[in-house]
Amino acid sequence: MNWLSRFGHFWWEFVIGDDWLVAVFVVIAIGATAVLAAASIAAWWLLPLAVPLVLWLSLRRAIRSA
Amino acid sequence: MKTGDAFLVLSAFLASGVEFVEAVTIVLAAGLARGWRSSLGGLGAATVVLAVVVVVLGPALTVIPLRGLRLVVGALLLVFGLQWLRKAILRASGYKALHDEDAIFARELADAQSAAHLERAGVDWYGFTLAFKGVLLEGLEVVFIVLTFGSAQGSIPLAAAGATAALVLVAGVGVAVRAPLARVPENAMKFAVGVMLTTFGIFWSAEGAGADWPGSDAALLGVLGWVALCSFLLVRLLRRERRTQLRTAEVRA
Repeated sequence: MNWLSRFGHFWWEFVIGDDWLVAVFVVIAIGATAVLAAASIAAWWLLPLAVPLVLWLSLRRAIRSA
Repeated sequence: MKTGDAFLVLSAFLASGVEFVEAVTIVLAAGLARGWRSSLGGLGAATVVLAVVVVVLGPALTVIPLRGLRLVVGALLLVFGLQWLRKAILRASGYKALHDEDAIFARELADAQSAAHLERAGVDWYGFTLAFKGVLLEGLEVVFIVLTFGSAQGSIPLAAAGATAALVLVAGVGVAVRAPLARVPENAMKFAVGVMLTTFGIFWSAEGAGADWPGSDAALLGVLGWVALCSFLLVRLLRRERRTQLRTAEVRA
């Protein structure tokens, strides 16, 4: 493994960690918040609802793979 | 001090404290097994590298527009925080082994004692590298937290003050006891840090995406309470599920 791929791997592990789906869901939820806000619809509630759901899904995946 | 600022200092203190406890364990193991000169040399070199990272990245972050910064930093903290929270919930519910600083210290010490001796310029390179790598990796997490928290809240010095207080406390206790800081409630601290990182991540990423929080900064308290409540409920739920699983396995055996 060369230096660059080790560097990339380190940052991937550091920020994304074991479950990359969490990052995908977080990006989708933030995108949906931005869409609602751009349409002048109250959007603050979306992330507090989405995060426990994402956490629950990720925990189920971790337990299944353990 | 505003709600957001108080949270900022507390979060930086707790998150940095957890990382410093882990770094002290590695430096102690390297020092006791390979000599203090090498271990402290590694600690010093890593500190210099981390200081350079802060000096280069810190001012660069302050020129990015606040809304864009909060969006990116919030998203990063949310992903990062959910990682911490997930591990903390798995530990608290019994699905993952608890973090044991004594066991980690014993393992590091045994590895360091059995490694070959290679001395250059009066420095044992195994001890130097072990301390350097440990402090650099744990320190990078501290730098990440201080820079992201500080820049998104508009005060890197406040976040740095929280981290410095944690450093002084952990290093002071480490020097005094010269043993791994096993009595620090590390698992509980990691749980609290996961809750705080996730809270800030939700708050800033929503704000960066254009949402307005009812009550402005005071909404942080509500988000914090909500994330903590959900996390405790998940721990209870998974703990019960784990107990049922173990009981079923016992009955079958």
